[in-house]
Amino acid sequence: MHLDELADFAAEVRKEQQESKHCIRVCMAAGCQSSGAAAVLDGLKGQVDDDANVHVKGVGCMGLCAAGPLVEIESLEASSKTASSKTLYQKVTADDAEAIVDSLDAEPVERLRCSTDIPFFAWQKKVVLENSGIIDPEEIKEYIAADGYLGLVTALTELTPADVLREIKASGLRGRGGGGYLTGLKWSTVAKMPPGQKYVICNSDEGDPGAFMDRAVLESDPHRVLEGMVLAGYAVGADHGFVYIRAEYPLAIERLKKAIQQATRQGLLGKNICETRLSFDIEIRLGAGAFVCGEETALMASIEGSRGQPRPRPPYPAAYGLFGQPTLINNVETLANVPSIIRHGGDWFAAMGTERSKGTKVFALAGRIQNTGLIEVPMGITLRDIIETIGGGVPDGKTFKAVQTGGPSGGCIPEQFLDLPVDYDTLRDVGSIMGSGGMIVMDQSSSMVEVARYFMEFCMDESCGKCVPCRAGTDQMYHLLDKIVKEKATSRDLALLEELCDMVSATSLCGLGQTAPNPVLSTLRYFRQEYEEKLQDLAVAGSGQADLARADSSASETEETK
Amino acid sequence: MKGPGTASSVRVVTLKINDHDVSARESESILEVARENGIRIPSLCQMDGLSIAGACRLCMVELKGSSRLLAGCATRVAEGMEVLTNTERLRKYRRMIVELLLAERNHVCSVCVSNGRCELQDLAFECGVDHVRFPYRSAVYQVDASHDWYRVDHNRCVLCLRCVRVCDEIEGAHTWDAMGRGINCQVVTDLKRPWGESDSCTGCGKCVQICPTGALVKHGTSAGEMEKDVHFLPYLSRMRHWE
Repeated sequence: MHLDELADFAAEVRKEQQESKHCIRVCMAAGCQSSGAAAVLDGLKGQVDDDANVHVKGVGCMGLCAAGPLVEIESLEASSKTASSKTLYQKVTADDAEAIVDSLDAEPVERLRCSTDIPFFAWQKKVVLENSGIIDPEEIKEYIAADGYLGLVTALTELTPADVLREIKASGLRGRGGGGYLTGLKWSTVAKMPPGQKYVICNSDEGDPGAFMDRAVLESDPHRVLEGMVLAGYAVGADHGFVYIRAEYPLAIERLKKAIQQATRQGLLGKNICETRLSFDIEIRLGAGAFVCGEETALMASIEGSRGQPRPRPPYPAAYGLFGQPTLINNVETLANVPSIIRHGGDWFAAMGTERSKGTKVFALAGRIQNTGLIEVPMGITLRDIIETIGGGVPDGKTFKAVQTGGPSGGCIPEQFLDLPVDYDTLRDVGSIMGSGGMIVMDQSSSMVEVARYFMEFCMDESCGKCVPCRAGTDQMYHLLDKIVKEKATSRDLALLEELCDMVSATSLCGLGQTAPNPVLSTLRYFRQEYEEKLQDLAVAGSGQADLARADSSASETEETK
Repeated sequence: MKGPGTASSVRVVTLKINDHDVSARESESILEVARENGIRIPSLCQMDGLSIAGACRLCMVELKGSSRLLAGCATRVAEGMEVLTNTERLRKYRRMIVELLLAERNHVCSVCVSNGRCELQDLAFECGVDHVRFPYRSAVYQVDASHDWYRVDHNRCVLCLRCVRVCDEIEGAHTWDAMGRGINCQVVTDLKRPWGESDSCTGCGKCVQICPTGALVKHGTSAGEMEKDVHFLPYLSRMRHWE
């Protein structure tokens, strides 16, 4: 397919789309599907029948998962052929289908309406999610109509691999999987390896508790990720790609498979893409439920068919990766940024965000927050804007206590840092990390020691067992935390816990062990008092006589039981 | 995978280990060079002739001017490197790692066939582990004595995975492998069939000889009687021109 053919195809689809007066979009991402979106879609389709004026389709994530199932109606204004009005309905059931269809040419159904003027929608800036909730993820033509594959075809016909690399470098894009490594640097390292078999891997093994950014991207706009992968393959000289995706994401896998089929049929994937010399195949590999397989060396071991265990680095995957060949591994969101960067240029991307963190970031808001869901905001926005303005704050009149970012590798950020800008370096300075984008908000009712214990239990369960500090250390740390939660620990146990945190993070083999103590360290840094209140010896020393008496009686009880 | 130290490069570099000037081939690891020069770095999972695992984390070393630790077995030397192998911080970490190993399974030296000839015991002496501060897990582990000549006692396994590597890389049988994850990780023969029923085991006994503790032993040994002989491994690897 050449550029003009692609443009013709896109124009044709757009014309087709404008033929119907109303477009009804039903969110069919996993969040809304689990609250009954499939029945809503069927109901609406049944009501509309063969009315050529109305087009009903399933789309990807609209973001406000808390109010799902979501339905959006876009109607062309009678006066002009181009302007349109949008209405968003929330918590729609199949029974509402009739009312919605009846209201199409009349006043909207007020009881279902969800305002789109609220900051949740107005404050977002969409790059990765620009097509989410708008296009049908199962139709390649809709992606092409939204300028999809334009970046790829332009690159293949008008740019050299070095040009593509230059744009990625200029964009300042950093890895969205958590580490924040400069994507351009990673790409150019692989590109500089001698020609031969190279691989591109898309890491879709999103496993942090409370994180669902990658799932949403793959469910809502799978072609964007494929396009990013082919562009990466072109830039670094690879002809084979793997998407390593966890088996817990069946819908994303299904849509990805469909997308690969459609792209191959259109000649945008496979042999001699767009009749150029570039060939690029993409295969899907399913994870079997091990969190550690998100670590790049363990991921490659898993693709190779071995036990998913990390190995020492260096050699890094860029030099010695999958099957011993140079390999580029990027996260879903990183690759999803690539088509936009190639289409609009690296400078366009670099204009967004802060000095050292460019572009936008997708966050999954979860926990004690009004607007649970998926958002995309420019880097450098403050945590307060995300949580209080976009997220709507903490519900039920409770007060905010801390926000957990970065999953089990991250930390808890207390109220005093809410006005800090969100970027890789600032978050690291306050003891957390950007991570892949999960944000779990906690209110006053959360015990920070229990939060730390929860994440330690997660790391203990997910440790692969290869290196001693992570295998035996997380187990011991979990039991020490458990002892503290159950108020059976002493200050000696807390000191031992801190020593272990230091040793495990300094000596573990891979990122899982190295960062496993982070939730403990950050809660100790900001909420040490909560730990100390639970210690037997300190609680006695610091409190009044009543507590002393209680401690005495419990001490004598233990004497008796002995 | 070929680890550091197995490539055939002849470039020589000079570096400092504990302020001693030493020279080394560029392909060598810090651990290898330290050993050549009589500088002892504690280690458990590493073995000359086997691939690098980087699993025990005992051979961690410091580089002057950097807070990040490196695994001595998995890091190649570089020109001008200043390695410290025995700082207070490293001694503290090593002690904790040995403590964690002792608390993880049921290491009871007095009744162990390897008492007095055990690498874990030696490490505990070397690292000054006079007591263990962590609670013993006291989990129940099986003993598999189904093999005609050998026995595996999981109570004494430290998961160094030397047996897995020697069986795969030297004997070529791949009878041993690891199963489970985290603290529940365990070595198994043939997809967890009893060792005596294994189809792939050749009975060569290499795994028994290189096991650092009393986990893999010969039948007919009593407390302190299990003597191991690992000399076959450097001999075999030399004969195969691995270096």
